[in-house]
Amino acid sequence: MAATNPVLEVTNLSISFGGLRAVDDFSVTINEGELYGLIGPNGAGKTTAFNLLTGVYKPNEGIIRLCGEDITGRSTIDINKAGIARTFQNIRLFKDLSVLDNVKAGLHNIYTYSTMSSILRLPKYYKVEKEMTAKAMELLKVFDLDSSASLKASQLPYGKQRKLEIARALATNPKLLLLDEPAAGMNPNETKELMDTISFIRKEFKMTILLIEHDMKLVSGICERLTVLNFGRILAEGSTSEVLNNPDVITAYLGE
Amino acid sequence: MKDFINKNKDNLITYGIVIIAYIVLELLMSLGLISSLMTGLLVPLCAYIILAVSLNITVGILGELSLGHAGFMCVGAFTSAFFSKCTVNVITVEWIRFTIAILIGFLCAGVIGFLIGMPVLRLKGDYLAIVTLAFGEIIKNVMNVLYIGRDSKGFHFSTKDAVALGLEESGEIIVNGAQGITGTPKSSNFTVGVVLILITLFIVLNLIKSRDGRAVMAIRDNVIAAESVGINITKYKLLAFSISAALAGVAGVLYSHNLSSLMATPKNFGYNMSIMILVFVVLGGIGNIRGSIISAVILTLLPELLRGLSNLRMLIYAIVLIAMMLFSWSPKAKDFRDKTVATLLFWKKDNTVKGGSDNGSN
Repeated sequence: MAATNPVLEVTNLSISFGGLRAVDDFSVTINEGELYGLIGPNGAGKTTAFNLLTGVYKPNEGIIRLCGEDITGRSTIDINKAGIARTFQNIRLFKDLSVLDNVKAGLHNIYTYSTMSSILRLPKYYKVEKEMTAKAMELLKVFDLDSSASLKASQLPYGKQRKLEIARALATNPKLLLLDEPAAGMNPNETKELMDTISFIRKEFKMTILLIEHDMKLVSGICERLTVLNFGRILAEGSTSEVLNNPDVITAYLGE
Repeated sequence: MKDFINKNKDNLITYGIVIIAYIVLELLMSLGLISSLMTGLLVPLCAYIILAVSLNITVGILGELSLGHAGFMCVGAFTSAFFSKCTVNVITVEWIRFTIAILIGFLCAGVIGFLIGMPVLRLKGDYLAIVTLAFGEIIKNVMNVLYIGRDSKGFHFSTKDAVALGLEESGEIIVNGAQGITGTPKSSNFTVGVVLILITLFIVLNLIKSRDGRAVMAIRDNVIAAESVGINITKYKLLAFSISAALAGVAGVLYSHNLSSLMATPKNFGYNMSIMILVFVVLGGIGNIRGSIISAVILTLLPELLRGLSNLRMLIYAIVLIAMMLFSWSPKAKDFRDKTVATLLFWKKDNTVKGGSDNGSN
């Protein structure tokens, strides 16, 4: 058993939109280095849970702790600075920036210099930009994107855009990476490749990952533990094989 | 050195175009080949170029619409003209006084831009366009009713008329309501204008290709994603908008120090002027700095060049607008342009022209 340092501790998280309890009493603990799955049918509240974790919505109740630090109610920007990075279900790249600049935008808070140094082109500008480029190229290499560095992000094929989004999220040097349906819209080959990449970054960067997925088969391949959401509530949680054999889960997915 | 040239190739071409155009025009002027009418147009032209380039920061780089850019120019024009008129006998060295005037115009317009941007840029949508539109009209009308005089007791302000200032006999009226400021020292000339264009380009192009510029363009492309990587949205929107306003202020300084009497009329600081600057930016290609310069030059000089055709003048003007729109926006024309530039200059012999020109800063 690995050391159990919880990276993310969520207790009793709830949010309502009007009369709808989109996420109700959601709790989860994710340990360091774990690859955790969050699954559930359409409209179960998975993405809403992500939006709560990243500060897009403020929870009505509940506490979110990142490595012991209470980050509940902070802004998206502060939560990113605290160490949560995410990708989006519908890809959100900086489409008119180059692939390299997309990753460099992710490095925004890691490498800094003043506006004065950029306008006057002081030595600091050249030094830091050089470091940024080197770091960004290193990340692009992991995702096999280094050869397309000068292309515009919108010129990349779909599968590579997904990868670029992950690279950009990793650039912010997070403690926890949230992936929102990374395999959506991919063909089986691309999905396989993506799952390999996720396993690889988990090992390479010792990253803790929380993954939303729609496809149970896919999740069962790489996640150790799962939480199943249905109608905003936790339907089941535990080890992957246990959860997937849970009769309630099967009912939720397949119907009575 | 070679590395430096390669990295800054695009920017150097832009500076080069401006400098070459300046040398050619100076030569033509010294040979007496340019009519006095055209010569008189050169300083306003420099001001328009600065305005177009600065508006391109807001419209092209930040991706927000501003319809009151002439308002910031008006702020720069009046504050600096006021300063120059007050200090004309105190600071006798002209270039020092003018440099301070430029800084004052830059700062005042920048601060006003910051104050306007602060509440508005937090909102999503077209609010900036609405508020800047109103601001442009308000500032113009305020300047029309503002009276400022000076005598031995200090400054006097009024919004009624010159008599209400209650000046001593020895006092002088500096800002005279709708008649504006008369007798601003004529410090602007074509050379100063070109130097200011180069400084503006230096600031804008360096800003675009930096951490800050990247953050601003990231916000333009996707606000939610920019937030998710920890970019401070409000800060960078304000930064871009304030710099855009401040540079418009510089254009105002250049403009006002070229006139013997500075008045705020709808023609020079009104809505039409703001729209004209926006037309420069749109026709030159949104986000394309070099394009803004070229379209400002063509569209300013064209009405003068066509003066002899009287009735056909506006017709040809309209045709040129359409032709320029096609030339700067159609994908085929873009490809053609990229190729021509590359072959003409022989700077890049490999075929990676498309990948090399990035972020629309070309």
